[in-house]
Amino acid sequence: MSILVIADHDNSTLKSATLNVVAAANAIGGEIVVLVAGENCGAAAEAASKVAGVSKVLVADNAAYGHQLAENLSLLVADLGKGYSHILSSAGTTGKDFMPRVAALLDVAQISDIIRVESADTFVRPFYAGNAIATVKSSDAIKVITVRSTGFDAVSAEGGSAAVEAVAEVKDAGVSSFVKAEMAKSDRPELTSASIVISGGRGMQNGDNFKMLEAIADKLGAAVGASRAAVDAGFVPNDMQVGQTGKIVAPNLYIAVGISGAIQHLAGMSGSKVIVAINKDEEAPIFQVADYGLVADLFEAVPELEKAL
Amino acid sequence: MKVLVAVKRVIDYNVKVRVKADNTGVDLTNVKMAMNPFCEIAVEEAVRLKEKGVATEIVVVSIGPKTSQEQIRTALALGADRGIQIETDEEVQSLDAAKLLKAVVDKEQPQLVILGKQSIDSDNNQTGQMLAALAGMGQGTFASEVVVDGDKVNVTREVDGGLVTVGLKLPAVVTTDLRLNEPRYASLPNIMKAKKKPLESVSPADLGVTLSPRLTTLKVEEPPKRAGGIKVGSVSELVEKLKNEAKVI
Ligand SMILES: Cc1cc2nc3c(=O)[nH]c(=O)nc-3n(C[C@H](O)[C@H](O)[C@H](O)COP(=O)(O)OP(=O)(O)OC[C@H]3O[C@@H](n4cnc5c(N)ncnc54)[C@H](O)[C@@H]3O)c2cc1C
Ligand SMILES: Nc1ncnc2c1ncn2[C@@H]1O[C@H](COP(=O)(O)O)[C@@H](O)[C@H]1O
Repeated sequence: MSILVIADHDNSTLKSATLNVVAAANAIGGEIVVLVAGENCGAAAEAASKVAGVSKVLVADNAAYGHQLAENLSLLVADLGKGYSHILSSAGTTGKDFMPRVAALLDVAQISDIIRVESADTFVRPFYAGNAIATVKSSDAIKVITVRSTGFDAVSAEGGSAAVEAVAEVKDAGVSSFVKAEMAKSDRPELTSASIVISGGRGMQNGDNFKMLEAIADKLGAAVGASRAAVDAGFVPNDMQVGQTGKIVAPNLYIAVGISGAIQHLAGMSGSKVIVAINKDEEAPIFQVADYGLVADLFEAVPELEKAL
Repeated sequence: MKVLVAVKRVIDYNVKVRVKADNTGVDLTNVKMAMNPFCEIAVEEAVRLKEKGVATEIVVVSIGPKTSQEQIRTALALGADRGIQIETDEEVQSLDAAKLLKAVVDKEQPQLVILGKQSIDSDNNQTGQMLAALAGMGQGTFASEVVVDGDKVNVTREVDGGLVTVGLKLPAVVTTDLRLNEPRYASLPNIMKAKKKPLESVSPADLGVTLSPRLTTLKVEEPPKRAGGIKVGSVSELVEKLKNEAKVI
């Protein structure tokens, strides 16, 4: 068996989710080849070659792949992927965008968001907002899979010395182009890989009040997240949404502030090791999953918490 | 311009599903069903494009059992013009859904196809992308803004790091994210009017598609239960527990 892992990267750095995907590939077993497709992505490719357990890195360095356009990337991956038993990527928004196209081009199913590998053809994935966990078996010759990072412990970013090989072919579907990006800038750790996450909900009342959570985040080295209600209300940007249809997080500590605990929110954070809830409504469903619940007005409790840390 | 919208009948998003005792699936008997929330957003976007004079006709399609006609009628009440039901009682996996939708695209030749980004039952997030690949179209997934401009559409997408805008040649596929719009409710007169709008029913065979599921569900289980927690009386007690008991800070 040989497994093609599509790297998650921004041309200059390899995103940590790739390390979780390689871990999933290890669980399947077989030779692991990583594809880095991008533009001026030599640094990301070099980082990929050092990842433990990777035997080869393919680099497709071309303007056609610079912005990870799904139309172009999927043509490349479907073509290269023909020789592999499995094609894996992380279930981030890039993987979710291009991988189903790869599957359709190869006329195979995609298995989304796996959290466990049972065998080379059988995988475990949550559905119904995480309220049910399915074990699914694939009958396809090539398995196209997106991996939920929180399901697999990252392999080491160091220790490997894979050969790096250039891929000459350029696939440009010619139907899409990049227009612009407005990326959030933050010095805090990434939500999906942070070991502590503090999230705010509608109870925060406005975006300014999130500064209270940021102050705690800075003390704890935490990432800041939010509920859908907080994002919809415009308190914070969309990339902070945690939940069924946002980001999935599983930190050591998750602190939910002014969040009621709707099933769609729980779907994104109930895998956290320790959950703290601060809510003034003692009936709030979030308390059913919280290890430590504090029934309090957040406008008193949060500043007090910051001082106590 | 003709717009095709795909809507799926799913369990209502307020319902907490129960896993069947024999672990074969989730219990859907007597459970409230509704249009997938992301599909409601797709219908709303099409209706707004029509109100702006960009869209001229909205065709809505749903694949599933006869009861999925209810969701097509809802879309018609919200402003779609015509419905197509692809009737089957079999399980329809995303690749097959995409193939069926591709057959409808070939027949109807829409300029824009709008789908939800994700079904809240399967949580697959695949069908729109698969359809776009099969039809050789560009795609704007997880859309928070859609601007049609002549023979092009600009789609702003919600991605992990923020927002990215792509330009696509028409025809193209768009999948909706939560912030694209806020769907309206159907008014009673419009619900009545929708009953008279055309709704055609076809079978997968009529469209030349044979369903071929590739994934077999071996078992369905409940997620692991979290051990019950405690309430703390004060912030200082909380900090003490986090430091000395949970040892996470
Ligand atoms: C298709 C679909 C997808 C969805 N996806 C997601 C998702 O990915 N992520 C997500 O989060 N949601 C998602 N939702 C929305 C979800 O159903 C809830 O509406 C949302 O999570 C509620 O956010 P909230 O808890 O911040 O707001 P609310 O439910 O309004 O809760 C606010 C809480 O704040 C508390 N509060 C208020 N003031 C204070 C105070 N001063 N001190 C302490 N506590 C206070 C209240 O007691 C209350 O419990 C989705 C919904 C749908 C239909
Ligand atoms: N059976 C179906 N009938 C109509 N549309 C569907 C069906 N299945 C999926 N779709 C469309 O594809 C979107 C994404 O679904 P999925 O890939 O299953 O998460 C949905 O929001 C619908 O717009």
